Amino acid sequence: MERKQKLVVIGNGMAGARTVEEILARGGADLFNIAMFGDEPYGNYNRILLSGVLNGTYQPHEIFLNPLEWYQKNNIRLHAGTRAAGIARRAKQVLGDDGRAEDYDKLIIATGSSAHLPPISGIKTDKGGFKAGVFVFRSLEDCHRIAEYTEGKARAVVIGGGLLGLEAARGLQDFGLEVHVVHRGGHLMGQQLDPQAGAILKANMEKLGIVVHLRKDTTDILGESKVLGLRFADGSELDCDMVVISTGIVPNWKIAAGCGLTVERAIVVDDQMRSPDDRDIYAVGECAQHRGQLYGLVAPVWEQAKVLADHITDKNPNAAYHGSKVATKLKVMGVELASMGIMEPEFEDDEIVQFTEPKRGNYKKLIIRDGRLVGAILLGDISKAAYLMQAFDRNTPLPEERLTLLFDIGAPSKQVTFLEMPLDAQVCNCNGVSKGALIACVNGGKRTAKKVMEATRAGMGCGACKSLVSEIVEWACGGEVEEDPSLHYFVPGVPMTKPELIRAIRTQGLRSVSSVFHALAEGKEDPGSKPGLAQLLKTIWNAEYIDERDARFINDRVHANIQRDGTFSVIPRIAGGVTSSHQLRRIADVVDKYSVPLVKLTGGQRIDLLGITKENLPNVWRDLDMPSGFAYGKTYRTCKSCVGTDFCRFGVGDSIALATRIENMFQGLDTPHKMKLATAGCPRNCSEAMVKDVGAVAVEGGKWEIYVGGAAGSSVRKGDVLATVNSEDEVLRYIGRFIQYYRENAKYLERTHGFLERHGVEKLRAILVDDSEGIAEALDHEIAASIAAYRDPWREAYAPATPNQFSNLLPVLN
Amino acid sequence: MAALEQLLCPLAAIPPGEGRSFNVDGEHISVFRTRGGGVYAVQAECPHRGGPLADGLVGGTTVICPLHGWKFDLTDGRALLGDCSLKTYAVRVDEQDNIQLTPDT
Repeated sequence: MERKQKLVVIGNGMAGARTVEEILARGGADLFNIAMFGDEPYGNYNRILLSGVLNGTYQPHEIFLNPLEWYQKNNIRLHAGTRAAGIARRAKQVLGDDGRAEDYDKLIIATGSSAHLPPISGIKTDKGGFKAGVFVFRSLEDCHRIAEYTEGKARAVVIGGGLLGLEAARGLQDFGLEVHVVHRGGHLMGQQLDPQAGAILKANMEKLGIVVHLRKDTTDILGESKVLGLRFADGSELDCDMVVISTGIVPNWKIAAGCGLTVERAIVVDDQMRSPDDRDIYAVGECAQHRGQLYGLVAPVWEQAKVLADHITDKNPNAAYHGSKVATKLKVMGVELASMGIMEPEFEDDEIVQFTEPKRGNYKKLIIRDGRLVGAILLGDISKAAYLMQAFDRNTPLPEERLTLLFDIGAPSKQVTFLEMPLDAQVCNCNGVSKGALIACVNGGKRTAKKVMEATRAGMGCGACKSLVSEIVEWACGGEVEEDPSLHYFVPGVPMTKPELIRAIRTQGLRSVSSVFHALAEGKEDPGSKPGLAQLLKTIWNAEYIDERDARFINDRVHANIQRDGTFSVIPRIAGGVTSSHQLRRIADVVDKYSVPLVKLTGGQRIDLLGITKENLPNVWRDLDMPSGFAYGKTYRTCKSCVGTDFCRFGVGDSIALATRIENMFQGLDTPHKMKLATAGCPRNCSEAMVKDVGAVAVEGGKWEIYVGGAAGSSVRKGDVLATVNSEDEVLRYIGRFIQYYRENAKYLERTHGFLERHGVEKLRAILVDDSEGIAEALDHEIAASIAAYRDPWREAYAPATPNQFSNLLPVLN
Repeated sequence: MAALEQLLCPLAAIPPGEGRSFNVDGEHISVFRTRGGGVYAVQAECPHRGGPLADGLVGGTTVICPLHGWKFDLTDGRALLGDCSLKTYAVRVDEQDNIQLTPDT
């Protein structure tokens, strides 16, 4: 067996530790013996959250990413608290400042950066240390020192109005100090904001009680043994008890220069993050200079770490880093900010789209070149940030209607910024999970929404909060959210997107769920993936589908909805909500005969018999002698209606007749998620048809408006008008097309409202009404085939499909 | 040892990939027959809210409770999602294709 190589990493901050994680993820433990030098006496922590430690949002231990046990567990020799003093390239050795040495075969330099100290006299004492009351803000140690010194002090000044300076200022306020920010430039956060946005931010800060001084060049820190005040270039002075210097960072490159590696502004690396001077030495993170660029944000550093790991482990020797487009979301002073690309137009043709609302602290500015986004600043309302960052990153063409780039027209969102959201705010209302619990879980090492959801159970009830949970996880990760490939899979247990999966199922002729696992998932059955696969196979193969009952959720095995006590609910079909004395009598008899504990009218205009035991299901069905209402499946459920033209004095369309036709046609059709429909006899919309998955509303002139994608459950959304048509037949045709398109293209468990949001009604109208893709006829044909395959599942009362299908507790033999 | 065993049912009484529950002297036990050919027995009620585990989805040797989605490994009762494990029972399929339960040892 080949000897393991020695890998030494200088620097145990976010870049160094992350790179090692990436290397381990690529089997690096089998290739390397790893040693790390870190000049801080503990494991790796999330430096981005330091300001949160300063202002008390986090306890220091809460921001640790890799505690000391992590190094032990992974057999990494960590020299914590030992600064690497030099590199002996010929001897291939790193020397620690405590005299210890480590031999290396491969070396990674991840020394990060230090606080920049401007040429101000009086920062240091004659002995070389900081004067009492002077601080920088880069490490946990700095946090502790600052917090200690605030005791009994009245006024603090932060020199530097950049991101870190402002966060430090906010943190200092929490110690009860009067806080001033002194900034040399003409506006705050010159790296991310233009003057207008800077002015809005200044106003925001002043509202919070922080005094901002612009265009102030500090020349002296006054005071003999400790800080007493500042003097500026214009001769003015400002008394204060302490000073935090936050005027930027400088890369730590000295150790590289000391051993003869090329250093310009930082350590020069090639596309493999390797020094051009030495094939065995890499540099990554803030201390590296790639194609002339320095990166101080996490996202680019993560990309670099991946490339480095791919290369050093030989997992992908062709891996190359091509630089990053810097787009970032930040939070400062409780104000959300997103910034990307350039801040000012560079060419005459550059187009500026801008919105300013200083009173509310909102500012949005986009710079567009050739129809593509080249720069943006969003301050305050950053609801469009995710979309814009994607457009910027991928260089995709922007929509012609520029207004939609700035606002979600028609859907005002009251989104509270995550920072402002109190820690105990409940995010998942089903399982009672708070924002604080999600953050704790992220800090505990779960860095994908899926992992956080599994660990906290957030989003695993009704599912309505899933996207909110994902956003909070992303926010809490501070840009280091892990890519979760299974997000794109149709079901988690088969690593394929829906189109890939459909293609494989068709070409390989897979007609059962077990054959899919066998052919496409290496035989590994994932129980949670079974119902989704079953639904898809049924849609693809109709009558040819091989129905394995174990692939169904219990509701679909026994055609009833399981309740909290393990009993079931029985809802027979009552088309259009129209019943009769005969039907009601029969239902009443069943209620008496089986002592049904609860009889309830449903929201879908039907009658629910609750508390039926599994054994009694077939008996109840036989006695009712009514067809299944499908109130248990991921299927077409029901179509309710208003009174329509028969009695209502306003009705203009026969909503009852239409609802009955819809019900008879689509009953029991399996769909990606449940579908609830309604018809309304006039635009008063008493049956709430505009907020159903599909609704038909009669309007004057014998016409029907067809709404799709409405919702009024855990989400509320008004449906979009797909078409306005002249006859009931046309209503049925378009509903059929829509349902079939939804069946073929939705993700499993995606309701129609999410489907509509994803595709947009214009696209659906083009395909389903204007037949822009020429598939309308095929859709009509497919839905007709599925309708023809319908069979009332309650007939299984007479012929059970599996042994002991309805048994609850079997007696044992002998 | 054979004398101590309890005959539960023929293997065919449980469809492949599903579970059924039994009343064994007042003790409720769910028996699963996986598609991989294994037969496993665990307590019938989910430790979370008493959900009927035999009604759960089974894949590999994992069962998912139908009520709130807790997951368990059938081989050893270990909770895969949730925070309380299951009691397991020894079962085997005999030469006549019957499922035999070995009560507590």
